[in-house]
Amino acid sequence: MPEHTTTSPLPVTVIGGYLGAGKTTLINHLLNNANGMRLAILVNDFGDLAIDAALIESQEGDVISLSGGCICCSYGNDLQAALMDTNKMPDPPDHVVIESSGVALPGAIGSALTLIRAMRLHGIVTLADVSTLQQHATDKYLADTIERQLRDADIIVLNKSDLVCASEIDAVTTWVTTINANARVVPTTYATIANMVVLDEQPQTSADEQSPLALNQQPQNAVRQNNDNHTQHFKTIKLAATQPVDSAKLATALASDKCGLLRAKGFVQNQSGNLHTIQVVGRRWAVTDAPTGVDCGLVCIGRDGQWQIEEIIAGFDGISIA
Amino acid sequence: MLTTIYSAENIITMNPARPFVTHVAVQDGRVLGAGSLEELSGFGDYTLDDRFKDKVLMPGLVEGHSHAVEGKWWRYVYCGYFDRMDPHGKIWSGLQTITEVVGRLKEIEQTLTDPTVPLTGWAIDPIYYEDKNITRHHLDEVSTDRPIAIMHASGHIMNVNTKALELADYLRTGIEHDGVPLGDDGLPTGELKGPDVMMPVGQYAGFDQNLFDFDEQGLVDFARLCVRTGVTTATDLAARLGDDVVETGIDVTAKSDFPARIIPLRFHHGVTPQELIDQVQRLAPMSTDRFRLGKIKVVADGSIQGFSARLRWPGYYNGAENGLWYIAPEQMREIYEKALAANIQVHTHTNGDEATDLALDILQDALRKHPHPDHRFTIQHGQMINAAQYRRMAKLGVCVNHFANHHFYWGDEHYRLTVGPERAERMNACRTALDNGVPLAIHSDAPVTPLGPLFTAWCAVNRITSSGRTQGEHEKISVAEALYAITIGAAYTLGMDDEIGSIEAGKHADFAVLEKDPTTCDPLTLKDIPVWGTVQGGRVFAAADA
Repeated sequence: MPEHTTTSPLPVTVIGGYLGAGKTTLINHLLNNANGMRLAILVNDFGDLAIDAALIESQEGDVISLSGGCICCSYGNDLQAALMDTNKMPDPPDHVVIESSGVALPGAIGSALTLIRAMRLHGIVTLADVSTLQQHATDKYLADTIERQLRDADIIVLNKSDLVCASEIDAVTTWVTTINANARVVPTTYATIANMVVLDEQPQTSADEQSPLALNQQPQNAVRQNNDNHTQHFKTIKLAATQPVDSAKLATALASDKCGLLRAKGFVQNQSGNLHTIQVVGRRWAVTDAPTGVDCGLVCIGRDGQWQIEEIIAGFDGISIA
Repeated sequence: MLTTIYSAENIITMNPARPFVTHVAVQDGRVLGAGSLEELSGFGDYTLDDRFKDKVLMPGLVEGHSHAVEGKWWRYVYCGYFDRMDPHGKIWSGLQTITEVVGRLKEIEQTLTDPTVPLTGWAIDPIYYEDKNITRHHLDEVSTDRPIAIMHASGHIMNVNTKALELADYLRTGIEHDGVPLGDDGLPTGELKGPDVMMPVGQYAGFDQNLFDFDEQGLVDFARLCVRTGVTTATDLAARLGDDVVETGIDVTAKSDFPARIIPLRFHHGVTPQELIDQVQRLAPMSTDRFRLGKIKVVADGSIQGFSARLRWPGYYNGAENGLWYIAPEQMREIYEKALAANIQVHTHTNGDEATDLALDILQDALRKHPHPDHRFTIQHGQMINAAQYRRMAKLGVCVNHFANHHFYWGDEHYRLTVGPERAERMNACRTALDNGVPLAIHSDAPVTPLGPLFTAWCAVNRITSSGRTQGEHEKISVAEALYAITIGAAYTLGMDDEIGSIEAGKHADFAVLEKDPTTCDPLTLKDIPVWGTVQGGRVFAAADA
């Protein structure tokens, strides 16, 4: 899924997964942590979307306006029209998030995005309830749909991991890998994945470079006992880029299984002297022309102990851990 | 109260106690009685109307699965392979080659004065063409300046010209979508598969966003087709029923010269199960005699020829991957349970046999929670239902409305490509349905195939494909059974068999007026019986005036 464009299209993240996987929880989490980023959230229906009433500024038909510049649209049976409307907004959002319906194939939605020049697929995140995934995966009606949803993912989030023991998470992870060997697999609770992992937000390095990024906010209605065994620590690494580099080759390497990182973003100069933006979301990467005046360098995020960078960057002169 | 007694050459009542009579008495839009003139004169004063003395009357035909949007689509250029009658009775000749399609479009194009106005066509079906691939270059022969789009007969695919692709910003490299085939140049060929990719382009070429919603003129034109085909009650089976559409429907059908009863079903997409139930419950009391609200349509899977239907093992004959669910099982469960509890009837579209299994499994569970002695849940299409499934349906009280017309139009494709010979021969297995006691209707799915219950009956009786083969001898039904399916049978699936579907005392005075007797003609000529018009609610509508 390589991509190189000369414009800076609107990034779109597709959230997939069966009913009960935690898609809506993730959406709420992204909204609560938007931190100034103006999100357009497209949902099939407003059904279970419990937006904090204090956030709602107004509702007109299928569009809810939220404080901070975010909006929520219900697209009903016409996602493509909703995307076109979003694209035509006078004051477009910074990022679009699509919550796909429980039986939709998120990859198909990703393909449909190639039909809109001004949008780009940032990444596909498929959620699964780790406590019910394997039961659904043997359901005679659902098995192949669940597998196809997992197959489409760049990042697979095994949600509700506090409901099962560590060995079960390992077993499910192993099974998921047989379905989609290339996606990154992240166990979590309450669908709390940091916005910067899922969205096109510049990843930040924290002071100790090792923090539970995914668990930066526990929902108020949390009733389950958080088991620290399941807390996922994420590690961020900053890379310096001091020499021109083949940007596509570097992006490919960062998105490889061997590297295993979850998310990278940064700027490099290519051999022709052009500044490029590199985006990596799990197995997916994109290279676009960079805005002017940026400093070269990348920030990479991965699950602590689950990825490695040294060997990857060894093949690129001028790329080093900062 | 004025009583009119109509005489006819024969009146087929569908009342087995007196199946054929010579006279029917009508008062205030309802049937006072059916019998001999002497019998009926016992009701008192009457006017004898013998305008139908050379005609044959049947109960007004009931189309249990159509879409009123056909009326709207006739404003586009007809590009189908077979001859087809428009709402004004004009027969448009079928186009047998791509060259003929281009020829007709050129003809129409030359009548357009505004050089930018789009040219829009429908009903093309390239499976019948030797060169099955139509591209934008074919349509560019018609015009490179104005956008052109043609909807396929299936309603699932569209062909457009270069201009239309340009306007939608599709004429570029970098598109990666199964629904947008690319040429050697990396640019789209102009074939667009699925609503996701059709609508963004179609809107520049004359198809509006609400492609499947009827409008005022479209509803009037649809009703004209009803008169021409003997239909007095027709469903609009997948309506979104926005408030404006409901208002249009109520207003248009209320006009004194509107000749049909329209039954729109709210389809499940785009709202939660609870919102669906709430909306239908809110709409139901707004029903009028000629616009009946309060039923739900659920779509479980896609289509067989589009390989999006959900099939049981062994799946598609050509090895295609299994199709798609259009609803999550949990959502179907919630709709069924809430609908049974609220006494709302649900019709469920299933094409593949796995989709039917799912619907029956869920209904069986739901009925244990919410027992309902007469729910009349109906499987629509159910094209691949097997004998065991019919036995189950009979136990569960489920009706079926089969897509008999499919045999003729796509039967050869099903045999050759989609499900293979064995299962193609038992598709839309009307015989097995009846033998197992499953209430049966048959349908056209207009505009996918033409509205016309007598043609639909011909399909179920003869099972002849477009290449002329008889496919599935065993599943044929008799003419009497087919006529029952397009009257009482269809009425039963709509819960209206106490009002319509037969000519007997107390029912609506809805008649199909035919030039020949379907019970005595050669079954191979059923489809050729000319329709004079209809009587609907006691009002006479001649096709010639429609």
